[in-house]
Amino acid sequence: MKIMKQRCMVVLVDNNAGVLARISSLFVQRGFNIDSLTVSPTENEKLSRLTIMTTGDEKTFQQIIKQTGKLVETRLIFLVEPSFSMVRELMLAKYRTSADEIAELSELIASYGGKIADASDGCIVAQLSDTPQVLDDFLSAARKFKLIELGRTGVIAMERGNVSYEL
Amino acid sequence: MVLNGSEILVNVLLEQGVDTVFGYPGGAVLNIYDALYKYSDRITHYMTAHEQGASHAADGYARATGKTGVVIATSGPGATNLVTGIATAYMDSVPMVAITGNVPNNLIGADSFQEVYIAGITLPITKHNFVVRRVEDLADTLRRAFEIAGSGRPGPVLVDIPKDVTAAKTEYEAKPAVKTVRCNGIKGDIKEVAELINRSERPFIYFGGGVRLSEAGEELRQLIETADIPASYTLMAAGVLGYGEENNLGLIGMHGCYSANAAANRADVMLAIGTRFSDRVALNPDKFGHNARIVHIDIDPSEINKNIIADYSIVGDVKEVLTELLKYVKPTKHDAWHEQIKRWKQDDYKPEDSTTELKPHYLVEKACEIAGKDAVYVTDVGQHQMWAAQFLHHTHPRNFLTSGGLGTMGYGYGAAIGAKIARGKDTTVVHFTGDGSFHMNMNEICTAVSYGVHVITVIFNNSVLGMVRQWQGAFYDRRFSSSEPERITNYKAVAEGFGGHGFRCETPDEFEAAMKQAMEMDGPVWIECIVDREEKVLPMIPGGKTVHDTIFN
Repeated sequence: MKIMKQRCMVVLVDNNAGVLARISSLFVQRGFNIDSLTVSPTENEKLSRLTIMTTGDEKTFQQIIKQTGKLVETRLIFLVEPSFSMVRELMLAKYRTSADEIAELSELIASYGGKIADASDGCIVAQLSDTPQVLDDFLSAARKFKLIELGRTGVIAMERGNVSYEL
Repeated sequence: MVLNGSEILVNVLLEQGVDTVFGYPGGAVLNIYDALYKYSDRITHYMTAHEQGASHAADGYARATGKTGVVIATSGPGATNLVTGIATAYMDSVPMVAITGNVPNNLIGADSFQEVYIAGITLPITKHNFVVRRVEDLADTLRRAFEIAGSGRPGPVLVDIPKDVTAAKTEYEAKPAVKTVRCNGIKGDIKEVAELINRSERPFIYFGGGVRLSEAGEELRQLIETADIPASYTLMAAGVLGYGEENNLGLIGMHGCYSANAAANRADVMLAIGTRFSDRVALNPDKFGHNARIVHIDIDPSEINKNIIADYSIVGDVKEVLTELLKYVKPTKHDAWHEQIKRWKQDDYKPEDSTTELKPHYLVEKACEIAGKDAVYVTDVGQHQMWAAQFLHHTHPRNFLTSGGLGTMGYGYGAAIGAKIARGKDTTVVHFTGDGSFHMNMNEICTAVSYGVHVITVIFNNSVLGMVRQWQGAFYDRRFSSSEPERITNYKAVAEGFGGHGFRCETPDEFEAAMKQAMEMDGPVWIECIVDREEKVLPMIPGGKTVHDTIFN
């Protein structure tokens, strides 16, 4: 039986034009899920860092690692071990609020470690950064407020402590 | 030395030892063709009828030699016409460098005339591809393309070059040919696998194209002899073991020998060597080799546990792995196992002979007898391909060229022309095709005429799309949808119209005479052979089924 899990993996790739297309093409072609995908520069200007959240079974994760690892532009790929790592996502959530709701929503945002990024035209934009689970929890907790726009970045991840990769 | 991009391209080809390229000119590659004109004393360009033919010719050239095939096409339709050939090479791990022109840098992205984003189109069917935006990057990018195409598990690489880059000038410095690396080291427990082999009572080898690519036929033979292991091959490995060699069980899979499939089913240890458990062999991945401990040996780590889960795996170059393995494998005999296989062999499918009609097995065997064991045999795709795989007396690993993974109808003629050009006048090239496949790319006869390429094409004309029709007969209650086109093509007249030779045969005597005459002719020869439309490829295991579901009639 296939046991489906969500895993996070980091891929370091050559910072070339088209590399993102190459990796997303591979995922689509082979039917791998992408729950979220982020790309960003790294400490090395020649490399880009992709963080991919994916859902699958263990066999699929192994195939993702091998197939992605086989691409000429892939320098390193590894699964992020949740217990040794930080996984973070940034979220902006815009709520339309009446005057009497503002205090309660502000308090809720603060209790999740977020801040109010903007308050104008009767709307509040909450800015939160945490694990995807915590962001989901916040959205549940704030369900009573009128959410009119939501944007999330997808996760980035990094291992704790004095660990770094070698290429 | 300051050269323009096109001259640099040709110089890098020469660096890599390339003296033959296939292609078709056009607007975006005018500069490249100008350079080919200038260097025509050192590099020969073969122009085909269609870019697809050129891509298959480069593929056939590569398969017949082991060298990297090179194909050139212009932008837009020229580039898209290569796609099938590139995908064919990708699926069968054929080293190829495809060079496409594109519109100049300043017109890219503007839907310019004959512009396509060929790098995007070929993303999933190339090992890698490049767009060279600056002439300064051109030489090293091309060198890298050859390195990637030929290293590890080979495959096609595409290099797309905007037209202005082919005209721009820069400093060029010649370098030695790139070194291709097959594999760095071996990952896996060789001794453990050797122990497993030494302990086994019913060992079985199933090997594929990786053995051919690694040129490990001799090591394989030693393993087979030392440990007395029966072996069967996939379509991609025909000829690695010679016809009639002891322990050579023949073809495995959907249309493989019953005895080979039965042995795979009953084995207690299965060594899968340089192969990938494709759905045409491991028809039911849960049942294939289900009585065996499965050892998977392959150069590509992503093949391990992809289609079936192996009990043991060794990642490395097959030749190196087998050399290591042989150090620990003990000589032994498995007489009882061979007795069992001998009994299964009695149930192997045997086609019926005829003195009046042209039977498929007769055509293959007679062509093989007349052209000889050193001839190169090339196929298209369909029934005739399986008959060729089953009945040829394969003896050389590079003498059977066929589109295995992609199953490309229309592959054969271009590939046969490429193979003949590669192997030269001393090697006979026989192209087996069906009337379906041949109608796709028969136009390449003009290429064979232009360059005086002697390829003998044996057309299995049953007037229908035989393989499609066979499936419709077996699984669609004989509803022959679009498989009986009733074409009345006069092959002899068409061949002669193009400037080639043609024969039409209805009896074994006629075929034998035509084949013998064809051997003595120059240029392309077509031999149309009338075959009954009810002829089937047998035996057959339907997709998803097992050896127990083998169809014999």
